[in-house]
Amino acid sequence: MFHSSFDAVVPMLCVALAALAVMGAEAFRSRGETMPVGGLGIVGLIGAAVSSALLWNRNAISFGVIVADNFALFVTITLVIVGILTIMFSSPVVKRDGLPKGDFYALILFSIVGMMMMASANDLLVIFIGLEIMSIAVYVLTGIRRDDPRATEAAFKYFLLGAFSSAFFLYGIAFTYGLAGTTRLDRIGAFLAAQSMSDNRLILVALGLLLVGFAFKISAVPFHMWTPDAYEGAPAIVTGFMSTGVKAAAFAAFARVFLSAFEPFSGEWAPIVWWIAVATMILGTVVGVAQSNLKRMLAYSSIAHGGYLLVGLVAANQVGKAAILFYLLAYAVTNLAAFGVIALLGTKNAANDELRDYAGLWHSRPALAGLMTVCLLSLGGLPPTVGFIGKWYIFSAAVGAGYYGLAIIGVLTSVISVFFYLRVVVMMYMSDQPATVVFPPVSTVGMAALVASIVVILALGILPTPVLNLAAESIATIF
Amino acid sequence: MLALIPLFPFIGFLINATMGRRLSKGLSGAVACAAIIASFAVAVMSVLQIAGMPADARVLEQVVYTWIASGDLSLDMTFRLDPLGAVMILVITGIGSLIHIYSTAYMHDEIDSEFARYFSYLNLFAAFMLVLVLGANFVVMFVGWEGVGLCSYLLIGFWFKKQSASDAGKKAFVVNRIGDYAFVLGMLFLFTQFGTLDFARLATIASAMPVEEGVFGAISIATLLLFIGATGKSAQIPLYTWLPDAMEGPTPVSALIHAATMVTAGVYMIGRNAVLFSHAPETLFIVAVIGAATALMAGTIGLVQNDIKRVLAYSTVSQLGLMFLAMGVGAFGAGIFHLYTHAFFKALLFLGSGAVIHALHGEQDIRNMGGLKKFLPVTYWTFLIGSLAIAGVPFLSGFFSKDEILYETFHEGHTMLWLVGAITSFLTATYMFRLVFLTFHGERKGSGIGDQGSGHDHGHADPGSLIPDPGHAHGSHLHDAPPAMALALIVLAIGSVLAGYIGVPHALGGHNQLAAWLAPSFQASAAAPGVGGGAELFPQAEAAEEAEVISEEEAALELTLMGVSSAIAIGGILLAAFIWLKRRSIADGMAHRFGGLHRLLLNKYYVDEMYDATVVNPIHVVSRDALWRGFDVRVVDGAVNGTAAIVAAGSNLLRRLQTGSVRAYASSMFVGVVVILGYYLWR
Repeated sequence: MFHSSFDAVVPMLCVALAALAVMGAEAFRSRGETMPVGGLGIVGLIGAAVSSALLWNRNAISFGVIVADNFALFVTITLVIVGILTIMFSSPVVKRDGLPKGDFYALILFSIVGMMMMASANDLLVIFIGLEIMSIAVYVLTGIRRDDPRATEAAFKYFLLGAFSSAFFLYGIAFTYGLAGTTRLDRIGAFLAAQSMSDNRLILVALGLLLVGFAFKISAVPFHMWTPDAYEGAPAIVTGFMSTGVKAAAFAAFARVFLSAFEPFSGEWAPIVWWIAVATMILGTVVGVAQSNLKRMLAYSSIAHGGYLLVGLVAANQVGKAAILFYLLAYAVTNLAAFGVIALLGTKNAANDELRDYAGLWHSRPALAGLMTVCLLSLGGLPPTVGFIGKWYIFSAAVGAGYYGLAIIGVLTSVISVFFYLRVVVMMYMSDQPATVVFPPVSTVGMAALVASIVVILALGILPTPVLNLAAESIATIF
Repeated sequence: MLALIPLFPFIGFLINATMGRRLSKGLSGAVACAAIIASFAVAVMSVLQIAGMPADARVLEQVVYTWIASGDLSLDMTFRLDPLGAVMILVITGIGSLIHIYSTAYMHDEIDSEFARYFSYLNLFAAFMLVLVLGANFVVMFVGWEGVGLCSYLLIGFWFKKQSASDAGKKAFVVNRIGDYAFVLGMLFLFTQFGTLDFARLATIASAMPVEEGVFGAISIATLLLFIGATGKSAQIPLYTWLPDAMEGPTPVSALIHAATMVTAGVYMIGRNAVLFSHAPETLFIVAVIGAATALMAGTIGLVQNDIKRVLAYSTVSQLGLMFLAMGVGAFGAGIFHLYTHAFFKALLFLGSGAVIHALHGEQDIRNMGGLKKFLPVTYWTFLIGSLAIAGVPFLSGFFSKDEILYETFHEGHTMLWLVGAITSFLTATYMFRLVFLTFHGERKGSGIGDQGSGHDHGHADPGSLIPDPGHAHGSHLHDAPPAMALALIVLAIGSVLAGYIGVPHALGGHNQLAAWLAPSFQASAAAPGVGGGAELFPQAEAAEEAEVISEEEAALELTLMGVSSAIAIGGILLAAFIWLKRRSIADGMAHRFGGLHRLLLNKYYVDEMYDATVVNPIHVVSRDALWRGFDVRVVDGAVNGTAAIVAAGSNLLRRLQTGSVRAYASSMFVGVVVILGYYLWR
């Protein structure tokens, strides 16, 4: 079973080398010299994207535990997009806020390595390693503004709770290993398939503990409590990165573990995930309505979006599985762009992320307001944006699998959610008291990233078929 | 070619949205008007093209591209023009063009960038509305459906400086979301039941299914959900409350969106799915009853309102009710006919009221008007024509269409519904002429008001009051509509007189060309090129021939009913004349004598207050107080503290944390773990 091929790890290797290069460049630069570390990171990410494209359809396996199947590659490319956009949005932010440049980019890149590992790991322990690589980097990123007590507090909370959830996850791995004698997903799957008739409660305990670990990372209710605090405390762009990259990676691993290894027990976990999905959608949406801080509102919105993804997981038919992948991509681009706008409008001393700060943005920054509108409409799932296609796909998967209740609640919550997205739009266009805040000039790189995101949002809303087919293909190869 | 019809206004939108603030008013207005007129020209050409085809093949289809094709999910971005769509696009682009032209004058007091913003919304609205009616399947229709809702929302709140305007926008939006929710569910449900959302395929499949007589089957559920969606968009009970408030928007917007086009989308949707709905008689009956009830209720409210636009708004709700009544009794052609004539006279009436408001610099209260006839002759005469048309006075457009609805209702055996419709007609004539008499006749009241410009703050935004125009605001001299506005008024007045003549009933020696024209759209196979099967079941010619052959008794019945409705219309007008021209004291006396009833009507049956108390406030409280402050902050901080103590006891680290909230968060997680594991271990 041992494969000597290194092929499957090439994408994450590219990113890891870029991260090391960034660290080295920062460490050995002479005082006053600036290093193009962001560009270095983007080069690594593009390397990852190119190698992923080359690995497409080849099902490369490295060391038996890292698989580069199409599912992993699809998520990898999504993560590359997340990484590139994050770096582009970050470049003005890092300069403005005086963040340690080398550390910041290196941490972003290392966490992406962890995410990619989670997406392509075929072994519970490797998933755990990926999860920790990702998490530790993200904990630090959350608190990277060391002079801000809120950021430090958020990072510490996130770290403690994350450690708490990791413990559950690890415990789940231990139980699984104790039962199956292996941590490899394919072997666990074979073992469980043979056990599917037995009434072994320990299997369920293992299942439940793993579920908790994943539910924490995707901030599903009731494991979501850290999310609003951490999202609010972190710099806006880090929040954008966390809410998309972390979620995408965790969902990829979640889907892989539960749809392959624990597939024989789907009758056991589906009802629990059903309830979690319902609670997540409802809480994320309903509480989102009451928020007056844009970042906090988007934090709850991202909780709700996790709920929609869980709907796809519960439905778990061919449409549902493809829908998860498509939705992950759609949501990642849209949400990151929305946070990008917030990041670009902040200043060193003022975050400018209260809803009222956006009053009359259309008058002062028409282009940004217009682009933000598209993001918000897409988050709300209005046609002709990618958000609409994603939701339509998820809900038709749920209905197709007979989960009418989920579809009804999902449509209801997304209908309600439009209310708070449009509240921002109203603020931007229909407010005559121009906000008292002073917005900084917007950097070219940030604007380019934003325009690129909007192009993707609209293009995938109008011509989604190629990517939908890719998603369907990717999922077909493994499950 | 079909794609060009919505494309032109969309390009207009793009130009005004991106460059509008740098364009002069003349230029951005010209761009917007050119866009919609170009669209009108293409629409006319397309309609002429299908008119040249044989009756059963009048379909133009354009697959723009395959929107979604993945697995068993397949959706085309397809536009399809059939006789029903033809009527709709002509109304939208034709009346839309007039209203664009009218707006160039009406909105002239706005600053350049606001002027461009207005026209960009208006163009965008037209584009989405055209997508709505040209879409060949539900999803494309839904794109338009959501889009027009968004534009309507933006335009109602256009004068956001007024709190009432932005509130109204918000209300329209929230109420419409409820309808849209049902609409999406209906769509999803149809998709699971039929595996397609293409209108023609749905019709073909449904036509082969048994009519759900006495049972509430899949088609009934789906159509009922869709109809709930329609009650939101088309302002029917119980979701009508947003439309009167929507009058906070600029008056041309009220004319275009909240009278002529968008609010008729629900009626159109039922017409588009006539086959589905006719297979669900239970739903149809609900549609008819809701339509009739809305018509009556809105008519009674219209009787006592004092704001010129609100009277018209309730009138719109009431007329939409009549259209739904027609759809509900299966008279799809009659419903669309009324939609079409109503578009003319109601747009005319709104634009007329806009001219009045424009002349009076924002005054909207009819109690402060009166005697405007001699100051605003063009407005008066055109408004009068519109009122005669809507009242159903013989040989104007409203007469033919309303008569057809009432006749069909009676003919289908719904005597009670007919009675409701007849009473509504009477009320329509009365409140419309109350409006005419109070506004244009009698003595000029509040002579100072028109000259105060922005001084008279009645809580209503208008261009004049925001930026007082010295050229308009001085002297007691009142200006009649400027040329661009007068043009629209006159053209619509001509339309209000003549539009009905394409549907002259057989009983009057006509041929009801409109009914024959529309008939294929309500049949299964008509709009389904390449979809076989339906053609044998529903021979095309049959409907048309059926309409041709009409027995003598039916003709006599129709003539009798026609006489009755004419008498009703004229009676209503005479009553209004008697009360509001001759004996004003009667009106006050009655308001006094039936004080309770008058208050009830004046306060619109207190429905808004009821909704606030039962729905709006509870949701607000649940969202803010219960779920967020309560659950996310308090419950976890408080109630779970017992569990928290256990967790904390085990961990020095947790206990040392200053806020305690991490402890709470951890305990929330812990409770989650306990519940999940507990479920597995002890179920």
